[in-house]
Amino acid sequence: MSDRKAPTLWDGDIVRVALVESLKKLDPRVQLKNPVMFVVEVTALAVTIILCHDLAVGDYKFGGFEFQIAIWLWFTVLFANFAEAMAEGRGKAQADNLRKTRTETQAKLVTESGAIEVVPAPKLRRGNIVMVEANDVIPGDGEVIEGVAAVNEAAITGESAPVIRESGGDRSAVTGGTTVISDWIKVKITANPGETFLDRMIALVEGAARQKTPNEIALSILLAGLTIIFMLVCVSLFPFAKYGGTTLTLPVLVALLVCLIPTTIGGLLSAIGIAGMDRLVQHNVLAMSGRAVEAAGDVDTLLLDKTGTITLGNRMATEFIPVLEVPIEELADGAQLASLADETPEGRSITALAKREFNLRGRELADKDAEFIPFSAQTRMSGVNLNGRRVRKGATEQIVKFVKDNGGTPPAELAGIVERISRSGGTPLVVADTARVLGVIHLKDVVKEGIRERFARLRAMGLKTVMITGDNPLTAAAIAHESGVDEFQAEATPETKLRLIREEQAQGKLVAMIGDGTNDAPALAQADVGIAMNAGTQAAREAGNMIDLDSNPTKIMEVVEIGKQLLITRGALTTFSIANDVAKYFAIIPAMFVLGYPELQSLNIMHLANPQSAILSAVIFNALIIVALIPLALRGVQYRPLGAAAILTRNLLIYGVGGVIIPFIGIKLIDLVVVSLRLA
Amino acid sequence: MTTNAIIQVAVFFAILTAVSIPLGLYIARVFAAEHTFMDPVLVPIERLIYRLGGVDPNAEMTWFEYAIAMLMFSLVGMLLLYAFERLQGFLPFNPQGMGAVAPDLAWNTAASFTTNTNWQAYGGESTMSYLTQMAGLAFHNFVSAASGIAVAIAVIRGFVRKSARTLGNFWFDLTRATLWVLLPISVVFALVLIWQGVPDNFSPYTHAKTVEGAEQVIAQGPVASQEIIKELGTNGGGFFNANSAHPYENPTPLTNLIEIVAIFVIGAALTHTFGKMAGDRRQGWTLFAAMAFLFFVGVFVAIACEQGGNPQFAKMGINQAPSATQSGGNMEGKEVRFGIVDSALFATVTTDTSCGAVDSMHDSYTPLGGFIPLLNMQIGEIIFGGVGSGLYGMLVMAVLSVFIAGLMVGRTPEYLGKKIEGREMKLAMLFVLIFPAVILLPAGVAVVTQAGLSSISNPGPHGFSQILYAYTEASANNGSAFGGLNANTPFYNWTLGFVMLFGRFLMKIPVLAMAGSLVGKKSVPVSAGTFPTTGFVFVMLLVGVIMIVAALTFFPADALGPIVEQLAMRAGHLY
Repeated sequence: MSDRKAPTLWDGDIVRVALVESLKKLDPRVQLKNPVMFVVEVTALAVTIILCHDLAVGDYKFGGFEFQIAIWLWFTVLFANFAEAMAEGRGKAQADNLRKTRTETQAKLVTESGAIEVVPAPKLRRGNIVMVEANDVIPGDGEVIEGVAAVNEAAITGESAPVIRESGGDRSAVTGGTTVISDWIKVKITANPGETFLDRMIALVEGAARQKTPNEIALSILLAGLTIIFMLVCVSLFPFAKYGGTTLTLPVLVALLVCLIPTTIGGLLSAIGIAGMDRLVQHNVLAMSGRAVEAAGDVDTLLLDKTGTITLGNRMATEFIPVLEVPIEELADGAQLASLADETPEGRSITALAKREFNLRGRELADKDAEFIPFSAQTRMSGVNLNGRRVRKGATEQIVKFVKDNGGTPPAELAGIVERISRSGGTPLVVADTARVLGVIHLKDVVKEGIRERFARLRAMGLKTVMITGDNPLTAAAIAHESGVDEFQAEATPETKLRLIREEQAQGKLVAMIGDGTNDAPALAQADVGIAMNAGTQAAREAGNMIDLDSNPTKIMEVVEIGKQLLITRGALTTFSIANDVAKYFAIIPAMFVLGYPELQSLNIMHLANPQSAILSAVIFNALIIVALIPLALRGVQYRPLGAAAILTRNLLIYGVGGVIIPFIGIKLIDLVVVSLRLA
Repeated sequence: MTTNAIIQVAVFFAILTAVSIPLGLYIARVFAAEHTFMDPVLVPIERLIYRLGGVDPNAEMTWFEYAIAMLMFSLVGMLLLYAFERLQGFLPFNPQGMGAVAPDLAWNTAASFTTNTNWQAYGGESTMSYLTQMAGLAFHNFVSAASGIAVAIAVIRGFVRKSARTLGNFWFDLTRATLWVLLPISVVFALVLIWQGVPDNFSPYTHAKTVEGAEQVIAQGPVASQEIIKELGTNGGGFFNANSAHPYENPTPLTNLIEIVAIFVIGAALTHTFGKMAGDRRQGWTLFAAMAFLFFVGVFVAIACEQGGNPQFAKMGINQAPSATQSGGNMEGKEVRFGIVDSALFATVTTDTSCGAVDSMHDSYTPLGGFIPLLNMQIGEIIFGGVGSGLYGMLVMAVLSVFIAGLMVGRTPEYLGKKIEGREMKLAMLFVLIFPAVILLPAGVAVVTQAGLSSISNPGPHGFSQILYAYTEASANNGSAFGGLNANTPFYNWTLGFVMLFGRFLMKIPVLAMAGSLVGKKSVPVSAGTFPTTGFVFVMLLVGVIMIVAALTFFPADALGPIVEQLAMRAGHLY
């Protein structure tokens, strides 16, 4: 699988870079993007200025208290910066890994005259055509327009087994940085340098091109609103205190403000988002936007292709079942004839079965004036026209219609055979010779191991799975039953997916699908989360909003889980941050007013040593909790596939109730340390 | 806590619950224009009103049109009331010959009744003519309540309509709320109050000789008809200065029970209306449960504090224990006929909602007992709440809860299938933010200016509590008073007038805008992955968010007022 392992959490290089970055991020223009931390920075600056002023006029009477408050306010900002820089650093590490594929390559540009001119890869522009031969590195993302080649995509996928890339069909897209290992292809470049999928992804994980996702925007509004409310509280407290005969100093008011505003989630919000993208990259999925990752968590319906996702890829012919009067050899012969030009794995399995069971060899038909009819999604049959015979194999309905059109009558027992095969989960492929039905080929599908449990997990999470298959309803029902998928769509044409997606969306649901072929492109574009397989066509890759580098159709389920984990982490830290306020009130309020109203000492339920140590401890806790939660923000909250009610109860207990209790303990402990070090 | 207290509160709540369910379902039918038993009488009147007003009741309004209609209606009503007050000397039904009300007081009163606050900087029997009371004040008692119900119904539509543009028709909602809901109940229970001895006449004031031979002037007037809507519409403006403590407003324990049930009943019923309209009754029950939880905590703390009495009295050897002959506890400022429980229950109920009627003087409560009314208002009067405003306030809190904790189930937040996104959050935060702003900022000014300080009757934390209470009740549109403050000064009349208007309309507009944004959204179908907005966990979450986001905002201010007072009282220091 992938060689892109996540760097260890406290990777030395990343930490070093992050430390420098967190200082650079003190730039107010950077902070302005995050209103909560901007407020902290402004207050830190204000306290620092007062401190400098007091020092200058020699009126430095508070000992180290104001100084310590100022220091910890700056640390609060720095810790938040550090969290973001850590996430970006890890993203960059991933990006560098991706970028290794970007070694300077030379491209063989095919000029208009047809001549070949060697140019450096960065000079290539969209629409250029390049020739790539064995052992050449493909110079950019593109589409094969001529030729077939084996390509080693290990640089992207980490998978060293070569894959076939050829013009036309669904395996025509190539990625820059991969290597052709045999034969040659002509590639039409589809992206300018710097605009390739990989480039965009690198920019996203590095944070440079990161834009806030819709949910992040909404959350920022909540946080900004709470910040304004607490500013009102603190501003009004000044006259209230004055009425009671207490004059509040700015550092004390600022300490209360900074403790109350949601700095924990405010400081970690962008780190959580970047880390989510990062986890996707670790799974070898590139997302075009943070929005897509978020949408993945919201997905209600998964459209899954049966083949490759639910079943082990290709169906195999296992049995020939002739209709009554037809000898089995004739059926085998007809089946083989109809499959000779059929290069699909199914077609090959038919010829192989005929050869194995009846010793029928593949014949050279070119001299027999044969005309091959290839399979198409519309006709849903294939075969050969040979010396006036028209041999076909295909879906039952189509063959029945074909036989009737040729003046024949399908035998009565055909329906029974077809149904029996379908019931067993197999696929019946009916073979006909002009006006006669010869019999049925039994194609068997093997359901992947563990898929049933997987669907049960998804169901527990509230997701509906829909299997899409071209099979007839009976076959589809049998596979659906065996695999445990919620719904299925049988006899699907390429348009079916698009229609299904629209229907689901009309009910307000979000739909995810994975696709590879050109005919998947409209559906991929319509889906809320469209994952294109890297091995798919360029059209599919452009239509989707994620690319799976491994081209593994089951990846869609991991993508959904990563999306959910991202949202859960964000929610957990928001809840935690807000719940923290309870303890901070109890630390600071009595400390603020105990001089004017000694009775308020009984609100000091943590028994903090003195007013200064209480305020200092709350501020220190507020800063340190950001650092303490960095691992959680980067790794994400542990995710369990449970129903929403169960997850909510669990997380509310941990992050809600825990968020109320933990700061009481934390502030008390810090107070003990502060006092023992004689800091206050 | 006496058994008596528990039984009284339990009986009250059982009656409330039993009455609120059918009423809530009836209200849902009324606004869906489905057939009700009142139709034969009311439909002709309704048609006449629409014809006279030139209104098409079926013309659907966007949130903006709805808000404009609501604002225009309130503005005209406010100007009319101002005119009545200023001109009452020239108008009929004025047997006592009351003169024009002073401009600042007239402004304050007009703002007060238009906003459903019914803060009374005036004394009813000494300032207002019968015409002003009936046509000016009582009119607003009906329509300010009706406009609250209308907005609540419009907001519910915002949640339950799918991919729509409009929230209904304000004139239709206003008319139906008045005719189908407020009027019939008022008529029936006004008669019950008359039966219990509440007067309803146009007589001049009675002059009587007391047993001690002194001359006493007993005020009269159309009391019963005004009294019931005062509670039902959570208005709270008493006919008399003493409000429901006055024996003509609230003569017996039975009238007291009727009045507190009337205060809660529409707020409670609307939760069921919400559940019914949302097509999931449990959604309504969940809000009901959260409200009930907060109510019980408040009422039992208040009763316990008042029943506990004042430790300083105990030291003087005064018997404060309840017995067969006395209710015991802190009886200062309370009516003997109500005792501790009915007084504390009334105080809790009247501040859980935006009513503000009182049957005892909150100013005389023990600090913590008096803190409960203050806290009830500070969390936004969402415990059943003002008619309509309680429900939409609670819905904003639900949206906030869903947003804060909803992400924890791994989906972007949704409530009743509607995604809560940036725009909804912006409007919800505006709603949440305006409230402390219009309390804390003017209170901050009042406590450091001579104009503000000169009105307080007690120094120290209690004086601060009085000012904080005044701005809290004004912005919450409650109208109850922490007695000691002399509020009939130009400073308080003007500032409180503005605060009442801001607290009403600056909050109604964002909530309507939020509904307008939600109504256009598709509804996401419920699945096992959907955040559950019913049940025990959500009730607790909702309560937690209300306590942390709404109540804790006021913790620093409260610490300097009632909390420090309570602690000081225990230490032997009274203010």
